[in-house]
Amino acid sequence: MAMLSFERKYRVRGGTLVGGDLFDFWIGPFWVGFFGVTTLFFSIVGTALILWGAAMGPTWNIWQINIAPPDLKYGLGLAPLLEGGLWQLITVCAIGAFCSWALREVEICRKLGMGYHVPFGFAFAIGAYVTLVVVRPVLLGAWGHGFPYGIFSHLDWVSNVGYQYLHFHYNPAHMIAITFFFTCTFALSLHGGLVLSATNPPKGQAVKTPEHEDTFFRDTIGYSIGTLGIHRLGLFLALSAVFWSAVCIVISGPFWTRGWPEWWGWWLNLPIWS
Amino acid sequence: MMRSNSGFFRIVSLATAALAAGTLLTGCERPPIDSVQHGFRGTGMVQVYNPRILVPETYKNVVPDPLPAVPSDGPKAKDAYKNVQVLGDLSVAEFTRLMVAISQWVAPNEQCSYCHAPGEDFSSDSMYTKVVARRMIQMTQAINSRWTSHVAQTGVTCYTCHRGNHNPAEVWYRAPQHPQATRGLGNDAGQNKAAANVGLASLPYDALREYLSTNPQEIRNNGATALPTGNRASIKQAEFTYSLMMHMSDGLGVNCTYCHNTQNFAQWEGGPPQRVTAWHGIRMARDINVTYIEPLTPVFPAARLGPTGDVAKVNCATCHQGAYKPLYGVSMLRDYPQLGRVTGATGATGRAAAPPPGVLGRVLFDTGRSELSAAARAEIEKAAKAAMADASVKIALSGFTDRTGNPQANLELARNRAVAVRDALTAAGVPVARIDMRKPEFVIGGADANSRRVDLVAAR
Repeated sequence: MAMLSFERKYRVRGGTLVGGDLFDFWIGPFWVGFFGVTTLFFSIVGTALILWGAAMGPTWNIWQINIAPPDLKYGLGLAPLLEGGLWQLITVCAIGAFCSWALREVEICRKLGMGYHVPFGFAFAIGAYVTLVVVRPVLLGAWGHGFPYGIFSHLDWVSNVGYQYLHFHYNPAHMIAITFFFTCTFALSLHGGLVLSATNPPKGQAVKTPEHEDTFFRDTIGYSIGTLGIHRLGLFLALSAVFWSAVCIVISGPFWTRGWPEWWGWWLNLPIWS
Repeated sequence: MMRSNSGFFRIVSLATAALAAGTLLTGCERPPIDSVQHGFRGTGMVQVYNPRILVPETYKNVVPDPLPAVPSDGPKAKDAYKNVQVLGDLSVAEFTRLMVAISQWVAPNEQCSYCHAPGEDFSSDSMYTKVVARRMIQMTQAINSRWTSHVAQTGVTCYTCHRGNHNPAEVWYRAPQHPQATRGLGNDAGQNKAAANVGLASLPYDALREYLSTNPQEIRNNGATALPTGNRASIKQAEFTYSLMMHMSDGLGVNCTYCHNTQNFAQWEGGPPQRVTAWHGIRMARDINVTYIEPLTPVFPAARLGPTGDVAKVNCATCHQGAYKPLYGVSMLRDYPQLGRVTGATGATGRAAAPPPGVLGRVLFDTGRSELSAAARAEIEKAAKAAMADASVKIALSGFTDRTGNPQANLELARNRAVAVRDALTAAGVPVARIDMRKPEFVIGGADANSRRVDLVAAR
């Protein structure tokens, strides 16, 4: 596969964390690296296990394929393959693949001499996943508290786990997470709208400069965060949304067992008015 | 000076942070947590309990020791005493034992004098408490004989609700209207009070009057179709239902998944059997209030009535008091069977219990198969003969499987087994109209041969 004209300058040696020069080569446009190999290994094994689990299951309907975690009675031990053991192996593969990919991103960042923003962001997604299938199950004492791998089945799990706490919208961390998600999409829509309108002027007019963009927002809402700042804000909002999502599920069960509306009793009982 | 100032501010800010952290932490619990699986693995149908919260609950649910048993023969209470309206068929010894038990359950300090005025004859009805107690005995007997769909054979006694109190700890009254309800923005629409009976949510706090009294609202108000096709129920009605459900969760100490697989609240298949018991429970609480409690309103003195002049009514928490089964399912009725049947001249409100349904036969199958063996055919013919002998009998068929194989296929297999038996029955001359295909509550059993079966049960 031919290289793009500008690509040659990115093909630099070094920056690897593990393996030195051993895997420091390209296959076509793809850099391999030690973590490329481990990513490939875990992805293929994990996907094969999912396919095998689907073959053992009652359906090939893509929506209904379900690979469920073990019964709670197995606690934090191993379960028979077709009674949740498969879920455990797939979880190991998934974490292996995700972490490999994040470390591969780190290596590429080092190669290019840039900051670690991309692996840092991806680490939050991995953190949320690990919170769901490792941290919370361990705190509750059984792998069976993980979510099942299936398109519909994981949605059913989300619904039921929410209703374990009667009314999940009263979960304070869920409130914060939702607010960050909505703020994040709002900021993205403002930013996207601004970029598109600045770069697509009417016929005969010049493309607008960042100073023009700043002026627009200073005029309309009194403040412009600036071209660099908007990306910092976007990263903060997105990562906060993911972080608080993980918090909201890890506190449900290990740190609160009753309905979430009841948690607000401390507020109702503040000595100021009670 | 500056130095001491900054130290002071540091102390203040540290104290503030500690106070804030402390406030938040007191709002939290900690592992280890107990959990009980309540559905197929991975569905999230799990009851979550903090064992440190459950310990004091267990003390609340200890059953008092039963009084020593007494003979049931000898003279009857109705002959020995005057004005015995509901327990007259009991022997004098049984009658006295029950009176002592009731006084300990309901008025441990006042004992007899809580219902019988001192200095008056025991037959006097001068105290309202006695009139109420008599009606409550009738109610208890009716619950135990007519509401076995909810109380099963465990039954209830006075203690189930009273627990040593004159009035059960958990009752409900109709809430008075908000004083500014008719003015401008004063109408709170019965919401946003963080009321305890809706688990401190903003949901309607007076929802029980919509369901556990006369003229009940429909509880089920979601549409039966994916797209709106004429369901006129409002969000407000949905919130009333949510309130009722919050009350049930709170009253039983369980979460929504105790009765529902929440992927589809309305669907009975795939939900736990407890939902059936709960369905009957709602009707039972309604019947208790309408038939027994509300008609007693004029009997009670004004001090015992609620803010709108209504009588204290029962809800789920009246018996359950935060436990999934009242008193964790211990049956006190076994020691006081006199409360389990309708007795006495004026108490004859219960209908005669139907004879227990007879099992006509049991057909066993090989693992994973639904074909009938020779022995199975003989068993079916025997059952067919027995059923044909009595024209009023129907044959109810229920198929079961063992736990091998996947659950979805097992449900299909259980059905196929029942269909095979049905076909054999019709071949043996039993009309289809007299065969009733019944899906059992638990289709999938253990690992033994008896789990691979179809039961033929006589039904009427």
